[in-house]
Amino acid sequence: MEYTEKHVLALKELLYKMADDQLILGHRNSEWTGLGPILEEDIAFSSMAQDKIGQAQALYEILHELGEGEPDTVAFMRNAEQFHCCHLVEIPIGEYDFSLLRHFLFDRAEQIRFDMLAQSSFEPLAQVARKFRGEIKYHVMHADVWVKQLGKGGAESHGRMQDTLNSCFPMALGIFEPGPYEAELIEAGIFPGELALRNKWIEAIRPVIESAGLRLPDQFDDTSAYGGRYGSHTEYLQPLLDEMTEVFRIDPAAEW
Amino acid sequence: MIIQSLDPRVTRARIDQEKEFQPLDQLDQFETYEVFHQKKRGQQHSHVGIVHAPNAELAMVFAKEQYSRRGQCVNLWVVRTRDVFITEYEDADIFETTPAKLHREAESYKVMDRIQAYKERQEA
Repeated sequence: MEYTEKHVLALKELLYKMADDQLILGHRNSEWTGLGPILEEDIAFSSMAQDKIGQAQALYEILHELGEGEPDTVAFMRNAEQFHCCHLVEIPIGEYDFSLLRHFLFDRAEQIRFDMLAQSSFEPLAQVARKFRGEIKYHVMHADVWVKQLGKGGAESHGRMQDTLNSCFPMALGIFEPGPYEAELIEAGIFPGELALRNKWIEAIRPVIESAGLRLPDQFDDTSAYGGRYGSHTEYLQPLLDEMTEVFRIDPAAEW
Repeated sequence: MIIQSLDPRVTRARIDQEKEFQPLDQLDQFETYEVFHQKKRGQQHSHVGIVHAPNAELAMVFAKEQYSRRGQCVNLWVVRTRDVFITEYEDADIFETTPAKLHREAESYKVMDRIQAYKERQEA
């Protein structure tokens, strides 16, 4: 089907929120580089953070082809209120249990999102979704193994994982805050919508959480972490952007 | 005195400069797993190094990023180091005479002269 102007707006909104999530989470996770719990994990987590930035770049490229700014400009020259990321990805890295559970909850959702997008009517996005499938599969494998390991660890480990899951889960629901163009995305076969994604996500994470000896919180309609998709962010996003763009802003025209 | 670093992450970690750090006990770490990777299906796996991990599943997760982050790989093996049965270096003398056994080396046989002579006879 031919896309109308509104379909294109819907598509851009979808691309921006996905890319912004990946960019901000990639940056957050990269803050563990050199500070990770053990060398091997430090390398693995850093490498996955880099993957996230690569995924964001691929989506900013598509946006650029749709008439938006250059990927570097879009990534480094916007203020917080121009970002479409969800609150979950903005929160500081905290302790490792938080960073790991965020990585688990986010990447589990991303894996399903990319699986859905592999069938998208918008072929450039479907191609990107298929390209990163294996990469995301590894991220999920890494996250699942750790969640099980720590969930089934000693009393302290198990307790911390459950507490952190309880506080992280409502934030993760913010990933699925419906955008302004859900109906258009579904109608044009671009993406089946945030609600469909959320329901599949709950089905996918439940067995992993349970096999880790943890309990999945049961408030699925909590909207306390909504707002990110419409430019309303936590107090943590702007300082992150200031730090991330510090070097770029010294000379935006520099050749790297 | 909290360490002030050019790296904002270090400053944020609020590390006390005066605080003394105790090194970890030497054995207070995960055991090692040997990692083998395969570049192409059908080729033999080759040993590429070790990872520290609490179990085989995590060893595999670590091995993937340590050893196949760059370059081609289609398959990985991890084996707990203490499950590998090894020779002792004090028994290295069992290998000592090997370099002298030239009759086991294909290149030790000078057959080209004879092949050449045979070919010449056939042509004649």
